[in-house]
Amino acid sequence: MNLGTITERLARNRYELDGVSHIEVDQEAARAAGLGPVLERICPAHVYSVGPDGLIGVLWAACLECGACLAVAPPGVLTWHYPAGGTGVLYRLG
Amino acid sequence: MTADADADVDFDVIVVGAGVAGCVSAFQLATAGRGVLLVERGAEPGAKALSGGVFYCRVMEQVFPGFVEAAPVERVITRNCLSFLNPSSFVNIDYGDQRLASPVNAVSVLRAKLDAWLAEQCESAGAMVMPGFRVDRLLIEDGQVRGIGAGEDELRCKVVIAADGVNSFVSRDAGLRSKDRTNHLAVGVKSVIGLDRAVIEDRFNLEDGQGAAYAVVGDCTKGVGGGGFMYTNLESVSIGVVLRLDDLKRRGASATDLHDGFLNHRFVAPFLKGGELLEYGAHLVAEGGLAMIRDLVKPGLVVIGEAAGLALNTGLTVRGMDLAAGSAIAAARAVDGALEAGDYSPATLGEYRQSLQECFVGRDMETFRRAPAFLEGTRMFNDYGPLLADVFHGVYNLDLRPRRHLLKTARAALRSSPVGWLDLARDGWNALRAL
Repeated sequence: MNLGTITERLARNRYELDGVSHIEVDQEAARAAGLGPVLERICPAHVYSVGPDGLIGVLWAACLECGACLAVAPPGVLTWHYPAGGTGVLYRLG
Repeated sequence: MTADADADVDFDVIVVGAGVAGCVSAFQLATAGRGVLLVERGAEPGAKALSGGVFYCRVMEQVFPGFVEAAPVERVITRNCLSFLNPSSFVNIDYGDQRLASPVNAVSVLRAKLDAWLAEQCESAGAMVMPGFRVDRLLIEDGQVRGIGAGEDELRCKVVIAADGVNSFVSRDAGLRSKDRTNHLAVGVKSVIGLDRAVIEDRFNLEDGQGAAYAVVGDCTKGVGGGGFMYTNLESVSIGVVLRLDDLKRRGASATDLHDGFLNHRFVAPFLKGGELLEYGAHLVAEGGLAMIRDLVKPGLVVIGEAAGLALNTGLTVRGMDLAAGSAIAAARAVDGALEAGDYSPATLGEYRQSLQECFVGRDMETFRRAPAFLEGTRMFNDYGPLLADVFHGVYNLDLRPRRHLLKTARAALRSSPVGWLDLARDGWNALRAL
């Protein structure tokens, strides 16, 4: 079946956004650890993308809040916490 | 614990997280007459919850008699199918049994609906439910947990119950867990595909209201440790993959590619044909078994459910919610006792750890302690599916050459497989002991 692109899929989910990112990347440390490509592959919401300049872009609003990125990142490279209470993804089925 | 410290509390107990574990403990304590606050970071209970989700729900009868009839469950699981999936063949062990319907053993659930219902039961029992509240920190004084903080708000209590899920920032804050090894964690990626009720029952060969649960290994993860799952809901199918993070990282595979490949697999796609994607989600899964369970008690704090690492993948069954409920029952009893005694030290709250070990939760975690190591072996994901298919191909492919007995057919299949006799013997023995 045609699942659509990740963007199209996520558009079917409900999100409540407050405009504040809950994810921060230490770009230097991430580059040194070669973390960018790993995050790109592991994140089910495609939050992370490595730009031509090697910097990691963070589309935090798409986050499904699973925590896989934090689990694979070496300590200190990624600051990741849950978005503020009542915001972020809102599963209607779950 | 001094009388002064007891006097200025807002609640007896604050439960963090309105999932299965949090709601069961909050309900038990509120029913016992304790002052309970249940906080939940989602805008409503269930908004952040995602399970596969088959719920082995017998334990819920202890808490909510008539659970299956009253709660918003999807289907009663009467068919369990273990599927070895290869690119162009599959071998299924398909087990259907009406005994699984009475009494009901397992149900499929959609957590946004279930958790909302559970939180309502807590409210009816007298607990205060506060959604949209993210706990930022624990209030800790002299090593004793005395409440929770969020921004400028502080709420004080005698005991905090951390039921905040697999990422449990509360137990990290309490220093109860270090970073989990990535081979103990897997990422689950799931789609819910809407289909007509009758179409589901036809395709999965189900009686009215009954459901099927598929556990799939092999080509669905392209050799990455983990597996696929497919569960029928009333008017949808929950389907996805669970991928061990260490293997995913090492093999250079993409989580979404594997998810999409599974849903579009030639033997899977027909189940979903004509369906509509209703929701796409992800959830981290604790797969370490007993080795992952960390210290569960600190002065004024107990940790339950997935936050305590309570999840079990035996290869045949994937369990979390029943262990969450079991741990919540054990914790509620211990916390009630501690409140009665006015003593929130680990010695008293440690009663929780004791009764957890003695109930089905601790017993099953112990029984299946070898399962994670066994399932980490790569033959399970790569080699056994093709081997089984080769054996059956030898049996059914009547190509006019003289037939041989099953044993010789199997021997020939094994010869052309990367699996050796010794591997087979060792894995067979280990499977019987570990699973």
